[in-house]
Amino acid sequence: MTIHAGSAAIEVERLSKRYGHTLAVDDVSFTVAEGEVFGLLGRNGAGKSTTVDCLAGLRAPDQGRIRVAGLEPRRDRRELRQLLGVQLQESQLQDKLTVAEAMRLYASFYRRPADIDQLLAMLDLTEKRNTRYRRLSGGQKQRLSIALALIGRPRIAILDELTTGLDPVARRDSWQLIDDIRNSGVTIMLITHLMTEAERLCDRVAIMRDGRIVALGTPAALGRPTLEDAFVALTDRRVS
Amino acid sequence: MNMLKMLTLTEARLLLREPLAFFWGVAFPMVLLTVMGLSASSIDGVSLVAIYEPIVIAFISVAFGVQGIPVQIAGYRQGRILRRLATTPAGPARVIGAQLIVSLGVILIATIGVLAVGRLGFGVPLPRQPLGFALVVVLSAAAMVAIGLLIGALAPTARSAGAAATVLFFPLMYFAGLWTPQMSASAKHIGQFTPLGAATQALGDAMNGGWPHPAAFAVLGVCTVVCGGLAARFFRWE
Repeated sequence: MTIHAGSAAIEVERLSKRYGHTLAVDDVSFTVAEGEVFGLLGRNGAGKSTTVDCLAGLRAPDQGRIRVAGLEPRRDRRELRQLLGVQLQESQLQDKLTVAEAMRLYASFYRRPADIDQLLAMLDLTEKRNTRYRRLSGGQKQRLSIALALIGRPRIAILDELTTGLDPVARRDSWQLIDDIRNSGVTIMLITHLMTEAERLCDRVAIMRDGRIVALGTPAALGRPTLEDAFVALTDRRVS
Repeated sequence: MNMLKMLTLTEARLLLREPLAFFWGVAFPMVLLTVMGLSASSIDGVSLVAIYEPIVIAFISVAFGVQGIPVQIAGYRQGRILRRLATTPAGPARVIGAQLIVSLGVILIATIGVLAVGRLGFGVPLPRQPLGFALVVVLSAAAMVAIGLLIGALAPTARSAGAAATVLFFPLMYFAGLWTPQMSASAKHIGQFTPLGAATQALGDAMNGGWPHPAAFAVLGVCTVVCGGLAARFFRWE
């Protein structure tokens, strides 16, 4: 299967997901083009993570249609896992596993894994290859988590809360890294609540509130005077 | 297959990096047997070391099955490792499979170690009914692993899994005879309906050359199927 430039990497049509009485995702539609960096923004509880779970095939939607790289995430889960790299919020590794061991383990899951040394160099982890996970700094753990999301040479990468907990220097390094990843042809979906990050990295963003998309467009078009002002205006109950 | 192999190697490597688990599950049973052997006492003409060998072997499967597995599974769930694996082609079930393989493997190795200590150190004969003995070892390991899976399925955190395992440890090992190898007739009667009471009696029978009583297989089999089934039914991946 070939995907042509400009075609959709991710298509979401009228997605809804309910937990008990709360509608976590309510009639959400958006499209991410091949090669695009797409930001999903919103406050905690806005429905971002549930949307990601549905895209990754971890949860079945109640309604709506999803295509990721042309696949239906639940039905085509096996194939999708080869094509989609996911960095999950707050997911850890075994304390006593070293960086290189984790990379080799995850590489064994994929049909045509990336070169481990190259990926470690790209993420500035070469010197830490024999360090156990527990002994890594927050930024190093985060970079390893990104490396593991990329080890299967995914066509699409979903990065959830990429820079949460990182210091400003480490955050800027990760931004550079996102540029590098997109330049290697990977479509990226970024979940964040940092507006500067979205402004700097994303071609387009969708802002979610109470399970719905309340704004969608380029950061420049949405952000008047800044994206952060627009975000607050759209998502703060006291303002609207 | 390659994935399961890599996961199994990784789990084995991680176990080797846990000196405490290794001491408790592998070294401690041999030390305990040695202490019994050095005391050189006997009950009703049977040496203490021969009486304790089945008990110590039952202990090994408790250490790895009931105490080791649930803490690991709950920890993997808590650290969202299972969820992370769910997004890869490996899936979360394979890592549980790898843990079971490693646990069964180390239980068998430690059992052979205990038999060797008994034989070489104190002249306890090797099981005279080796096939029956091996069957009971494997079945009791399966039963303890099934209990461990059930705790791991239900316990929300590694800490609560550890607490539940510790609470279960005492009745399980009491009926195996860890503290009172010579139990009263009534305690012994109740004991044969508990998995480790049945296992130690069956292991003792097989050591002396007899085929283990079918009731022991039944008790262990029921425990494995019921606990394993409930674990599968109630398992939460996140």
